[in-house]
Amino acid sequence: MTVTVSAALSDLRSFLHGLPGVDKVGVEARAAALATRSIKTSAKAEAIDLAIRMVDLTTLEGADTPGKVRALCAKARRPDPADPSCPPVAAICVYPAMARVAAAALAGSGVHLASVATAFPSGQAPLEVKLADTRDAVAAGADEIDMVISRGAFLAGDYTKVFDEIVAVKEACGGAHLKVILETGELGTYDNIRRASWLAMLAGADFIKTSTGKVAVNATLPITLVMLEAVRDFRERHGRIIGVKPAGGIKTTKDAVKYLVLINETVGDDWLSPDRFRFGASSLLNDLLMQRTKLTTGHYAGPDYFTLD
Amino acid sequence: MFEYAPAPESRSVVEIASSYGLFIDGSFDGGKDGDVFKTVNPATEEVLAEVASAGPEDVDRAVAAARRAFGTWSALPGAERAKYLFRIARIIQERSRELAVLESLDNGKPIRESRDVDLPLVAAHFFYYAGWADKLGHAGFGPDPRPLGVAAQVIPWNFPLLMLAWKVAPALATGNTVVLKPAETTPLSALFFADVCRQAELPAGVVNIVTGAGDTGAYLVAHPDVDKVAFTGSTEVGREIARSVSGTGKRLTLELGGKAANIVFDDAPIDQAVEGIVNGIFFNQGHVCCAGSRLLVQESLFEPLMDSLKRRMATLRVGDPLDKNTDVGAINSAAQLTRIRELSEIGSVEGAERWSPECQLPDRGFWFAPTIFTGVTQAHRIAREEIFGPVLSVLTFRTPDEAVAKANNTPYGLSAGIWSEKGSRILAVADQLRAGVVWANTFNKFDPASPFGGYKESGYGREGGRHGLEAYLA
Repeated sequence: MTVTVSAALSDLRSFLHGLPGVDKVGVEARAAALATRSIKTSAKAEAIDLAIRMVDLTTLEGADTPGKVRALCAKARRPDPADPSCPPVAAICVYPAMARVAAAALAGSGVHLASVATAFPSGQAPLEVKLADTRDAVAAGADEIDMVISRGAFLAGDYTKVFDEIVAVKEACGGAHLKVILETGELGTYDNIRRASWLAMLAGADFIKTSTGKVAVNATLPITLVMLEAVRDFRERHGRIIGVKPAGGIKTTKDAVKYLVLINETVGDDWLSPDRFRFGASSLLNDLLMQRTKLTTGHYAGPDYFTLD
Repeated sequence: MFEYAPAPESRSVVEIASSYGLFIDGSFDGGKDGDVFKTVNPATEEVLAEVASAGPEDVDRAVAAARRAFGTWSALPGAERAKYLFRIARIIQERSRELAVLESLDNGKPIRESRDVDLPLVAAHFFYYAGWADKLGHAGFGPDPRPLGVAAQVIPWNFPLLMLAWKVAPALATGNTVVLKPAETTPLSALFFADVCRQAELPAGVVNIVTGAGDTGAYLVAHPDVDKVAFTGSTEVGREIARSVSGTGKRLTLELGGKAANIVFDDAPIDQAVEGIVNGIFFNQGHVCCAGSRLLVQESLFEPLMDSLKRRMATLRVGDPLDKNTDVGAINSAAQLTRIRELSEIGSVEGAERWSPECQLPDRGFWFAPTIFTGVTQAHRIAREEIFGPVLSVLTFRTPDEAVAKANNTPYGLSAGIWSEKGSRILAVADQLRAGVVWANTFNKFDPASPFGGYKESGYGREGGRHGLEAYLA
């Protein structure tokens, strides 16, 4: 038994450390080059609607109340009350304590309900607590779970612990989709981000997600590029398509379009769908709506023409 | 599918006259014998302008003007010469949008490259050498190095304005005066630069620009009153120049062809290596003397790397150079296109396997799809001769020693690339490569502070950096 466990551990380690390295200068240069793409007119209009459909509209505050969550759910269903052609967002993302309220408010809308779980954002709790957190959120109606990995264990090299936790949480999710938050801002290197991506995918993640939004560095283009390369390579080897969710710090339409370009030129069509790519964001939505209105009407409306929720 | 709508840079930002004269002694005039040639937009074959062709008498006048200006220009304190160079650099920055559009129109390169690579480097070169002008006594060439006199400079069509900057900036900083001949197919940015010199109030005769074909260049470099010859272009022409200059006492620098090895080891950062391969050979349509045109792949990595490379090449956007989303533009001329086609045909005939991604090439203009040849060996002509186009020859190796042996087994030696995550390997291999520039985990990176030049048939002398001053000082 001990032999098998240590063999598995050493296999996982040698696999993860055998992945090709990531050259920091190179990956950042590539992301910066793609960010210079000029997306105009009809392409921009398409990109904006797609980006709206990819938003996980998020509130993760200690001050969240049922009222706040209901307001956000109304926004998710109908982001632009003045324009019925505006699509709904992909999902609402809340704490488990708010999941029940959100589920009721979203009933019948087709908007997914994501709940963070597993002692979000630090993940520093015993596994049993994390699993109970997950089951609770699912029972409350969440059909997507955003878990955090134990960065401490990952950085200490205890890959099996991280792996086993993801497997256990995945099981606790039942039918709910599992997004695994790598908290890339705490992993330090692109090599680690690639390894953590593979670790999460091998353990059964449906999505890999950059960040909690609670640390200094959240989603960036080069980080997302490394993760997109990981899901591309994973599909080639295992045939399964894993989604990607950058979260935190994406605030403008310009930012969002850069991410869509990144998908388009790295992994292609198959990921240009809300089933495969999400933006974890809150203020982004109103900027998308403003730019959308600008394209349809030809002029900018002031911020008071878009709802604050 | 996410299709990008056309995003063209405006052509109207730059004014192009219907005809241009020669820039001699601070003003434009027509050539003495009235001969003209046309310069075309290689993306559309549309004629952009008629340009005077300088005959012997015109070159005589230009050299005489440069000689007259040399006395006062070289006597100026370095700090005063620096002021002019700083002014030129600033004007280039201010007018960089015009110049980028002009360069893309005349050369065919994508606006993304002329805007983000060529123009920033042009300005950086003038700024860099402006900084040296008053510090020449501290450059390591003695306490009071002297300029040579009149420099005859002949530049190629692949980076028209950048090659002008590489030549003109160090020459002026060191107190020389110049007569420059731009390439026949890309004269416009040099003529625009003449206007920049006027705007900067550079004294008349310090910079003279004579346009024309090979004859004009040959007459210029052979001119008896020229003290220094600097040439960038083909090895064939370089040889002729070396012959014509030998025994005359003229100083000579030559920056010639290349067939650079881009070496990818099996421990390379694969995704970035693929970017480096693409940038190495498809940057500027492969019209780059230091292009990574010979890919040496460790055999154990060959298949996965080729899969990744092909997948990446399928995303290259070939087309209108003025579209901001274009990655690969037009081949500079019909003649160059013919040469690329001929050598590619030879590659197929000699048994190499040819592959290009599906791409729609425009009907008019000069175009060549990005192409790779696999199954290439050292014995293939496409592994030995410079194609100067978007054509990559892929060879394999088994060990680092074999990689080094193959990389060095070429008459050229301008540049090379190494891809590995292992630092000790990079250092050991770089040490053994006979190439003027060795890039590690990157390719085609330029900086004015870094010297550039070749081994063997890639030329002699260095341009750029402190070393670049030496070619213009006695």
